[in-house]
Amino acid sequence: MSHLAAAAEQGFLSPTGVEIAFLLVGIATLGAAVVTVTTKQLVHAALWLVVALGGLAVEYLLLTAEFIAWVQVLIYVGSVVVLLLFGLMLTKAPIGRSPDADSGNRWAALTVAVAAAAALVWVVVDAFRTQWIDLDGPAQGSTRVTGEFLFQHWVLPFEALSVLLLAALVGAIVLSRKSDNDKEQR
Amino acid sequence: MHLAYPAVLAALLFCTGLYGVLARRNAILVLMSVELMLNAVNLNLVAFDVWLRDTLHAGQALTLFTIAIAAAEIGIGLSIVLMVYRNRGTSDVDKLRDTAEGPAADDEASAMADKAAQEAAQKAEAAA
Repeated sequence: MSHLAAAAEQGFLSPTGVEIAFLLVGIATLGAAVVTVTTKQLVHAALWLVVALGGLAVEYLLLTAEFIAWVQVLIYVGSVVVLLLFGLMLTKAPIGRSPDADSGNRWAALTVAVAAAAALVWVVVDAFRTQWIDLDGPAQGSTRVTGEFLFQHWVLPFEALSVLLLAALVGAIVLSRKSDNDKEQR
Repeated sequence: MHLAYPAVLAALLFCTGLYGVLARRNAILVLMSVELMLNAVNLNLVAFDVWLRDTLHAGQALTLFTIAIAAAEIGIGLSIVLMVYRNRGTSDVDKLRDTAEGPAADDEASAMADKAAQEAAQKAEAAA
């Protein structure tokens, strides 16, 4: 019941330094995400996605999950965004503004998103109003801790995941390879 | 730290991604929005793992698995989008309506698809 004790000590109107940093980085992350889904320049969307994902890495650091923060930088900022940029280039995406980046159901999408956001934020705030995360003590996601729990308790899923990655690799190669039948038909 | 900060941020990021998935027309931009949604879920997992002080650290392990699966998903998704682009000459999800039911005549649709495929083939050969 340490949470209740922590809740009694802390107030809503006295944010700590970590909370202020989290809030500022969160606003930047959310702004970058909004620009990502609304900008009409396709390449800029990928570059704003880098800002959003990097901001999330900083949030992981503030939550003391260091290893996940660096994995986020390596995998998402390093490879996923590069893959997306490759995809944009290979599909000959226009470099300038493309007026048809959004489809016609934009207003329906906006309605659904705003309704979902209102419902989720209301439920989450109502449910966790009196809960505090205790960030004191040793980091809970340092590389040592991560290695220990990953290879003590999660070895089998980890190995299964490597098989999945191999299958995805082979599948991507098979899908993007030009088959010999195509050439004969031409 | 108050638990509401990461939870609310994750909810808002998820809804931003939801808007992108529904409103975007280019398939690659849809994939970007899916990445945003997955990242919102990851933030939730990490925040609740740190909050619960789980000895198994299920949240952080699941986050690592989600990141790996997202990388696999983006690879497969992009190769599918590239194949569609090569066959149809477009990656706009609005224009891929072959399986849609509607008043559009089948002959016209298939003729247009053939024409687009020929154009794509010519483009590919020209590029090669």
